[in-house]
Amino acid sequence: MINIEEQRAVLSKSGEEMLNLVHKQVQLAYEAFTSFDTDLAEEVILKEKRVNSLDIRIEKDTDHFIALYSPVATDLRFALALLKINYNLERIGDQAFDIANHTIDLNQKLVPDLVERMQFNLMFETLESMIKDVITAFTDENLKVARKVFKKDKIINEINAKAFDIVAEDAVKNPELIRQYLMALVVMKKFEKVGDLLKNISESIIYFIDAEILKHKKKK
Amino acid sequence: MESLFILETNGKKNYSNTMSEIMTEKTEDPKIETPIAEKYKLQTKDVNVFYGDFQAIKDVSMNIKPKTITAFIGPSGCGKSTFLRLFNRMNDYIEDFKMEGKIKIDDNNIYKNKIQLEQLRKDVGMVFQKPNPFPKSIFENVAYGLKIQGIKDKKLIADRVEKALIQADLWNEAKDNLNKSALTLSGGQQQRLCIARTLAVEPSIILMDEPTSALDPISTAKIEELIHQLKKDYTIIIVTHNMQQAARISDYTAFFYMGELIEFDKTKKIFTNPEKKRTENYITGRFG
Repeated sequence: MINIEEQRAVLSKSGEEMLNLVHKQVQLAYEAFTSFDTDLAEEVILKEKRVNSLDIRIEKDTDHFIALYSPVATDLRFALALLKINYNLERIGDQAFDIANHTIDLNQKLVPDLVERMQFNLMFETLESMIKDVITAFTDENLKVARKVFKKDKIINEINAKAFDIVAEDAVKNPELIRQYLMALVVMKKFEKVGDLLKNISESIIYFIDAEILKHKKKK
Repeated sequence: MESLFILETNGKKNYSNTMSEIMTEKTEDPKIETPIAEKYKLQTKDVNVFYGDFQAIKDVSMNIKPKTITAFIGPSGCGKSTFLRLFNRMNDYIEDFKMEGKIKIDDNNIYKNKIQLEQLRKDVGMVFQKPNPFPKSIFENVAYGLKIQGIKDKKLIADRVEKALIQADLWNEAKDNLNKSALTLSGGQQQRLCIARTLAVEPSIILMDEPTSALDPISTAKIEELIHQLKKDYTIIIVTHNMQQAARISDYTAFFYMGELIEFDKTKKIFTNPEKKRTENYITGRFG
């Protein structure tokens, strides 16, 4: 295969595969944690190896693409963006892996009221929507969809910010559940991190489509 | 030879003649006009070139800063070599050649009647695709331009030959064999000799028409390094089909397509985020 377009399409397919794999990992990790399903948690832990091996494959393939095809302009931006997207996806995979491990460590189901009050459901729905946006933006090279992610990340940050007060309040009332509360906070922080990483991915997608660098740019 | 220069082009009369008028005049597409600079070494304005009925160059305006490297890229037949050869009036010898528009070097119109072609070609040196040393010694090749200029001072000639060979990074390889035939040199050495021959007459602009296309990668790397070094003292314009070469060595890149200047900008911009889709399609290998 010597055509640069075909080679880029192969890389793009690998990027999609990584996006879908990591998406599934986040879904499973959420379900495992909120319903205390250790089987699902084990599945996440097992699949982490696939995430890691796909991460290495994409990195190697992208290195070869740069070395052998000397991409420029849109092709170069795509290759550079894919390396960053891949790196961030691998880190999202790590968050899912950690959540699965915390589920097993906690060894008990969270009290339903806590899940509701901390708004885990809304956080997950928002994350799901962000991941879907990222997949669409990447596959269709859609700038508009890529930009949606930033607003949604604010919702995640708000939920995370409120969680601390909720836990502080509840822990006083139910000190025997302190381990649950602390674990819930830790896991929420992991999901919040997933939101940040999705935002990074969106920035990379915007860079490769439009050559606009958003990193470290604050809205005035 | 009759003047080929036509002052009134495209029905525009009372053409601006001062530098400031030319620099402030708006073109249809300001992005194509040129990167901004206070002073340009070379300026072209609304240049059209015809070979009989065929129009090889269409309304090209471009300003080139001194001591920069500008690469001309584009598919075969796009007019980049024709445009390059306007700067030392090499096209004048082609039958049916006709040029419209203005070309100025150091603010002097090089297509005016009274221009001295010998002086122009001394000031604007040229290096060709294939090394073309004369069947003479290495020394004689480099000294040739000086001798036809009428310089007879042997010491001066020897000094200039040495300086040119040092500048062309050939001195160490050739200093003990200056009387050997230039044809005994390798292809890469011959090309550096041709560059030395160009430098000996002390031009201010060097035109290069695919100077490395006949060379192996090592010789190519040496010539590229040399071009980079020469930028300190010369304005260099290079035609190349090698995109990576254009990206590596030039400060500015001009993309030509079917006689038109499609895009002219900083090389970093052209090779990371060109303005025009046609430029992007060409440099990414999607056509051409």
